[in-house]
Amino acid sequence: MLADLLEFNFLRQTFLTGLLIGIIAPLLGTFIVVRRLSLIADALSHVTLAGIAFGLFIEKKFSFTLLPPIYSGLVFSVVGSIFIEKLRHVYKAYQEIAIPIILSGGVGLSVIFIALADGFNTELMNFLFGSASAVSKTDFYTILTISIFVVVIIFLFYKELFTLSFDEEHAKVSGIHAKQIHLLFIILTALVIAASIQIVGVLLVSALMTLPVAASMRIAKGFKQMMFLSILFGEIAVIIGLISGYYLNIPPGGTIVVVSIIILLLSIGYKRIFVTKTKVGATV
Amino acid sequence: MNKESPIISLKNIEYTYEKKTVLKNVNFDLTKGSFVGLLGPNGGGKTTLIKIILGMLSPMKGSLTLFNKPAESFKDWNKIGFVSQKSNSFNKGFPATVFEVVSAGLTSKIGYFKFFNKKDKQKVLDAIKSVNMSEYTYENIGNLSGGQQQRVFIARALVSEPELLILDEPTVGIDYENVHRFYELLHELNKYKGITLLLVTHDTGTMTKYATDIVCLNKTLHFHGKPDEFESLTEKEMSTFYGHPVNIVTHDH
Repeated sequence: MLADLLEFNFLRQTFLTGLLIGIIAPLLGTFIVVRRLSLIADALSHVTLAGIAFGLFIEKKFSFTLLPPIYSGLVFSVVGSIFIEKLRHVYKAYQEIAIPIILSGGVGLSVIFIALADGFNTELMNFLFGSASAVSKTDFYTILTISIFVVVIIFLFYKELFTLSFDEEHAKVSGIHAKQIHLLFIILTALVIAASIQIVGVLLVSALMTLPVAASMRIAKGFKQMMFLSILFGEIAVIIGLISGYYLNIPPGGTIVVVSIIILLLSIGYKRIFVTKTKVGATV
Repeated sequence: MNKESPIISLKNIEYTYEKKTVLKNVNFDLTKGSFVGLLGPNGGGKTTLIKIILGMLSPMKGSLTLFNKPAESFKDWNKIGFVSQKSNSFNKGFPATVFEVVSAGLTSKIGYFKFFNKKDKQKVLDAIKSVNMSEYTYENIGNLSGGQQQRVFIARALVSEPELLILDEPTVGIDYENVHRFYELLHELNKYKGITLLLVTHDTGTMTKYATDIVCLNKTLHFHGKPDEFESLTEKEMSTFYGHPVNIVTHDH
C-alpha cells in the first residue's frame, strides 16, 4: 500500500507534507510544552481558522482567489501571535487571559466568515479535521518553504531558545534579548500551525505539537534527546495516521491523534515497567 | 588580593516602589577578591539592591558603576554570574541534563549565530567538575537533590568565567549538611580562583565564619565592616538595623 502512495502524485505530496509537519510540529512543540504555552498553540489554530474562513469567504463572494486560503490563514495566525504577545504584556499578572481572548476571537470571526460564505462545505470540513487528499502542489511548496525556514531558525537559535525556556530570568540577566527571541518563537509557532492545518486540521493541530512531546518527556533524560524522540513519535503518528486514515476513509487528523495517544500510553507504561525494574534492582 | 578601584560602586542609590521607599542613600563599594555577606531583614531591600546591580531594575536616584563603567553603558554581563533564589524552585519536570543546564551559562558569551564547539564543551565539563558534580554530568537535573541542583546552578554561573558571582539566598531549602558543603565550595572559589562573591543570606552565623566583609541593609546601609566587628556589635546596635530585637543564634535556622 506504500507503493500506492508513491505512485499517485497528489498522494505523494500529501505523504511528504505529512512527513514535513511530523518534523516541525513536534520540534517546535518541545519548546511550547516546556514553556507552558500549549494553550497558545490552540488559540492560534483557531485564529488560523478565521483566516481560512476569510479566504473561503472572499473566494465565494467575489469569485476570485486573491491567495489560497492557507495564506490568509498564515497571515491571521502571525497577526494573532503578535496580538497575543501584546495582550500578555497588557495583563502582566494574568498572562493566560490572552488565550481565551484570542481563542474566542478566532472562533467568533470564523463563525461570521463561514456564515457569510453560505455555511459549511467540504473544503472547510477538510480544514477542521485535516485531509489526506487536500494538498496541492503550491500548498506543498509553501509548506516545504515554511519547514526549511523553521528548521533553520531553530538550528540557529537553539542555544538561546533553550536558555530562555529553562530559566527566563537567567537568560535576561546574562544579556540575551529575551523579548525579541520570544517574538521570533511565537511567529514560528504561527507558521507551523498554518502549515500543519492541511493535514491534521484546526481542531487537532495543537495535539501534534504537544502529544509526541508529552510522550517523550516521560522517557528522555535531556532536552535534545526529548526533541529527537518527539520528532520520531510525531513521524510514527503521521505515517500510521495518514495511511490508515486514507484506507479507512477517515480524516487523518483523527487517526494521527489516536496513534499519538497510543504512543503516549505506551511511553507511560514503559516508564512504569522500567522504574519498577530499577527499583527492584536497587533493593537486591 | 590587590585592592584597586572597586568592581562595583553604588552612590546614593534610591529606589521607591508604589510610593514606598525601598532603598535610600545606599553607598557601597565592592572590592575585588572580597567575599561579602549581605544581611538584612526581609523587606529590607536586599533583593532589590541585587536587581539594581544586575540591571533588572533602575534606581530612581544615584549612580552605579560596574567594572569602572557607568551601568548604562555596561555591556560585559559575562563578568557577572548570578545564582538566584528562584533557581531552587525551577520547574522540576524540565527534562534537561546537568550538561545542558550548565551549557546555558555560555549562551550569551558565545553570541548569536555562533555554535558550541569543543572548547566550550571542555569549559562546561570543567565547571561541572569544579562544583564536584562530574558523576552527574548526563543526569536529569530534576533527579538531583536541592543541594546538588544549586551546585549545578553555580556551575552554570561559573562557566562563563565571571569575575564576580552574586548569589541571592542560595541555601534556602537546603539541609544543614549540604549548606555547610556549599559554603566550603564558595570559600574555595573565592580563595583559590579569586572570584569576588556577593552573597545575600539570612545565615548570620555561617556568614561570619566565611565572609571577608559583612554588609547590613535595611533601606540603607547600617553596617559595613569585618566579621569580627559585626560580631562585637551590641544587641542594641543590632536591633536598630533589624527594626526589632534580635538574638544571633549560631547555626539555628
